[in-house]
Amino acid sequence: MIILDAIIQGILMGLLFALVALGLTIIFGVMDIVNFAHGEFLMIGMFTAYWTSLLLHVDPLIALPTSAIVGTLLGVASYYWLVKYLLRGPMIAQLFGTFGLMLFLRYLAQFLFGTDYRIVQKGLLVGKSLSLGPFILDWTKLSAAILSLFAFTLVYYLLHRTKLGRALRATALNKEAASYMGIKTDRMNALAWAIGGGTVGIAGGLLVNFWYVYPTVGLLFVMIAFASVALGGFGSIKGAFFAGVIIGMIEMLFPVLGHLIGSDFLGPHFKFTLVYFAYFIIVVLRPQGLFGWKH
Amino acid sequence: MLRVSGIEVRYSGVPVIHDVSLEVNKGELVSVVGSNGSGKSTLLKTIAGALRPTKGSIVFEDQEISHLSTADIVRMGITYVPEARLIFGPLTVEENLELGAYILNDAEEMRKNLENVYHLFPRLAERRLQQGGTLSGGEQQMLAIGRGLMSNPKLLMLDEPSLGLMPKLVDEMLEAVARLKEAGKTILLVEQKVRESLELSDRGYVLQTGRTIHHGTGRELLNTEAIKKAFLGL
Repeated sequence: MIILDAIIQGILMGLLFALVALGLTIIFGVMDIVNFAHGEFLMIGMFTAYWTSLLLHVDPLIALPTSAIVGTLLGVASYYWLVKYLLRGPMIAQLFGTFGLMLFLRYLAQFLFGTDYRIVQKGLLVGKSLSLGPFILDWTKLSAAILSLFAFTLVYYLLHRTKLGRALRATALNKEAASYMGIKTDRMNALAWAIGGGTVGIAGGLLVNFWYVYPTVGLLFVMIAFASVALGGFGSIKGAFFAGVIIGMIEMLFPVLGHLIGSDFLGPHFKFTLVYFAYFIIVVLRPQGLFGWKH
Repeated sequence: MLRVSGIEVRYSGVPVIHDVSLEVNKGELVSVVGSNGSGKSTLLKTIAGALRPTKGSIVFEDQEISHLSTADIVRMGITYVPEARLIFGPLTVEENLELGAYILNDAEEMRKNLENVYHLFPRLAERRLQQGGTLSGGEQQMLAIGRGLMSNPKLLMLDEPSLGLMPKLVDEMLEAVARLKEAGKTILLVEQKVRESLELSDRGYVLQTGRTIHHGTGRELLNTEAIKKAFLGL
């Protein structure tokens, strides 16, 4: 029972991990660029929801659209004001460019908001839980999981069932060929950053309901997102989804396993070690990830 | 319809095309022939907007296009079928073709073009739900040409459609080009198969190290001594 509970908790968290990984995998898929600032986008999404709810006295869930909008704008601005210029430079410029963006956004947040850990004190769902038989689910996590799944499905639909989505996938597969079809690849790049920023902004707005927000909060989540993207296959949408859920389950199951065995070594403090170990194994044994690249 | 005048094109500073001029009139099939490295593909890529000329002009239907983006040039009615084919491998044959009609907003028109392509290459219709990457070389070439036709372009540019195909398929491909010409398409063809393509063409240009060294009707060129010697092994 305790294991089943851990699995359920893991899936809930995993759906959010998947949404965080989605933007990273789309941007990589379309542009072959790793957005190191992705975690900072998440942090800004969290702060946006936090401040909106605090200053306008609305529930953080109602503040969610502002997180989505700020995330989208941040993505588009990053593309047009930075990444576009990096594309003309060598590979190493592209690598360190988004790394610089990460540092800039992180320390800008530190300058503006300080290093305090903040958390949403009150909200419709904060502190409430749903009892389903023996399982107790926090409403904040449950709603975050459901909305993550919804956002993920929406993006999946956009990419696979619309003309715009097909153009984006064509650009990811072969930029040169896409341009011969009349596709404006520069706009597709911007679209990838818009979707990437928007989805991670939503993830941030959902996360702030049950997680502290502080300027370096993105680090933990972006590391998990990197692991998800590597596990699922770079540029793979399906891969990001399943890998996110798998990592969520590993993260929750591992401490439970330690508890059952009675080993102190397998405690919660080591849970991410296993996640990154899985990442390491995947990179060595199956570098294309579970679903292959760009699927 | 298309007039290229005295263009120079450089690859990272080094000129690959020194001075090329050519003209394509409506309804014509025009070939550009020449050996490897003579600048044929570079010429087509420059017309397609993937490369910028450093000198000269490219005018299509009385409008200078040498500064336009590839996407805009496609919208003007020029499509380019690249030498490497560049099929979207994981997408199905039909999805590849539909991408060829990306600039069309009329679903009815797209369906009509799709039918025409399937009529020209029945093999593609048989394989319409198969992934593009799983097709044979010849079928991929058909797909690339079909995709280039999907927007119903005014000018179709074909870059070495016979490259890497076995002899039987080479004939089949050139036959398809001839049928397109008969159907009234304006085509600019680049080929290494000098004799075959000149026989098909209304007019031809011979390129050597980035310069036009001969031009004339297909027949004239085939009877030129220098060409016989250099390309036909006579």
